Amino acid sequence: MNNILRTENLSLVYGENTPFEKKAVNNLNIEIKEGEFLGIIGHTGSGKSTLVQMLNGLIKPTSGKIYLYDEDINANKKKLRNVRFKVGMVFQYPEYQLFEETVYKDIAFGPTNKGISGDELDRRIRESAKFTGLKDELLFKSPFELSGGEKRRAAISGIIAMDPDVLILDEPTAGLDPQGRDKLLNQIKKYHQVRKNTIVLVSHSMEDIARFADRILVMNKGKCEMLDTTRAVFSEGKKLETMGLRVPQITKIVQKLRENGINLSNDILTIEEAYSEIISFLNKGGKLK
Amino acid sequence: MRDVAFGQFIPGKSVIHKLDPRIKLILLVLYIVLTFCTFNYAALSVPLILAVVFMLLSRISIKQYMKSMKAVLVIIIITSILNLFYGNGDVVFQFGFLKITDSAINNAIFIVVRILCLIIASATLTFTTSPTDLTDALERLMKPLKVFHVKVHSIAMMMTIALRFVPTLLEETDKIMLAQKARGADMESGGILKRAKSLIPVLIPLFLSAIQRALDLAMAMECRCYHGGEGRTRMKTLTLKSRDTLSLVFFGLVITTIILFDIFIVHTKR
Ligand SMILES: Nc1ncnc2c1ncn2[C@@H]1O[C@H](COP(=O)(O)OP(=O)(O)OP(=O)(O)O)[C@@H](O)[C@H]1O
Ligand SMILES: [Mg+2]
Repeated sequence: MNNILRTENLSLVYGENTPFEKKAVNNLNIEIKEGEFLGIIGHTGSGKSTLVQMLNGLIKPTSGKIYLYDEDINANKKKLRNVRFKVGMVFQYPEYQLFEETVYKDIAFGPTNKGISGDELDRRIRESAKFTGLKDELLFKSPFELSGGEKRRAAISGIIAMDPDVLILDEPTAGLDPQGRDKLLNQIKKYHQVRKNTIVLVSHSMEDIARFADRILVMNKGKCEMLDTTRAVFSEGKKLETMGLRVPQITKIVQKLRENGINLSNDILTIEEAYSEIISFLNKGGKLK
Repeated sequence: MRDVAFGQFIPGKSVIHKLDPRIKLILLVLYIVLTFCTFNYAALSVPLILAVVFMLLSRISIKQYMKSMKAVLVIIIITSILNLFYGNGDVVFQFGFLKITDSAINNAIFIVVRILCLIIASATLTFTTSPTDLTDALERLMKPLKVFHVKVHSIAMMMTIALRFVPTLLEETDKIMLAQKARGADMESGGILKRAKSLIPVLIPLFLSAIQRALDLAMAMECRCYHGGEGRTRMKTLTLKSRDTLSLVFFGLVITTIILFDIFIVHTKR
């Protein structure tokens, strides 16, 4: 697979030369492959949001470069807007960006800026609304009359309607109900499979990351601690714990079972996997005691 | 956006940080009056030296001071240039209809030095005093106005809240701007009209969240039984220490010096 995004010695310092100086991202060299589903995890304040905001040129790095399709995105200021259409970004609290009279118009803001109009625009709006599970009758309501979760969906729709090549989601499910978050993430996975685009998901939920990501980037204090397949990263439970992270709960349970002499596979990441593993273990005549 | 924070509070442990905010406020006012009561170079040098002393005592880096000066540099330059060409006296330099006189040069120097002193002193105050301390001090100093039914406490509370939320709102503006830019909003090109229009997607969410914040804050204050200034006691009571009294005495001496200079040294021609 080709790299769609690549960073080279990327650093960002907030409040440079002031007493509040803070190295949010420190000399980062990573690559994101075209078509992959990348999860980003890291302790609060480890620089995840800062990193993803640099990836679509919203904040300029203090030093270092970012390449999108092998092109330095900050080389030409005029092209930055184009970069943002290619790399879509859903913010940590996206509902604060709603401003139009109706949800419909608000979703239209991004695609219209991109130059889309007419039937195509209408189609995209409706599709992306359906995608995030936003009910049709809400489309013509004021965005300020929606509930928190509905606002969140409206805002995410607004980005998906731009149909970016890379979709970055910074904790898109914070504050959603359990069913809503599962549905949204499943939709994103489905969209990923159909559209074959690249997805970057920042999340504090190890379970979500384990379920959806192909690879994981582990951030710690602004540095890339690991960048590997989901299984490889979650097999390093001890290391994750030193960074204030952990493995998914089900992985931990299976590990404990293994420690008690029950012979299960050692790379279980989801409940479904654990379920079938335990069933086959029992079928082979094993006993959970 | 964040860079506009002029004279933002920088925590520290210097002597000036430790001074009572009321004293600092009084000293600043005295100092400003003083700077404008200097009529010859000897007298003018006193506030200038004091400004340097403030800078050294505050232990704030010169860079920070430079930054706060940058904001008013244009004003300083314009006023000094205007003053250069205005005034009568012996012509020192003639260029067409423009002429520069010796008194104009003196004038310009006085103005520049005075503005510089003013900025350094007020920056020292805001660098070394937290906004809450500052409004606290204001409230105390304005207390006598209660006689005239001025709602001193409400005013101080309003100022505290306003000051407290300036950085928050700036941060918020930043965030919303980024979010709209992510959706391809174009805020950097086009004519005035187009630019003004492109602010709508930023201003509406900003106002809404500011109003929401205000409502939340009011609710939170009421939940903690806030009901205005009546019978309210303080967690931190301000008490004058010997260093506060000393600095007042010292300032008294400085004032005397300046007055003596003003009286006994021949006036610069202005
Ligand atoms: N605009 C800013 N100005 C100054 N410092 C900032 C700014 N934004 C973030 N920081 C600091 O940079 C560091 C990294 O922040 P960032 O938001 O990238 O963390 P994060 O990994 O996304 O955390 P979270 O999981 O809480 O969202 C933090 O220590 C934060 O305090
Ligand atoms: Mg974040």
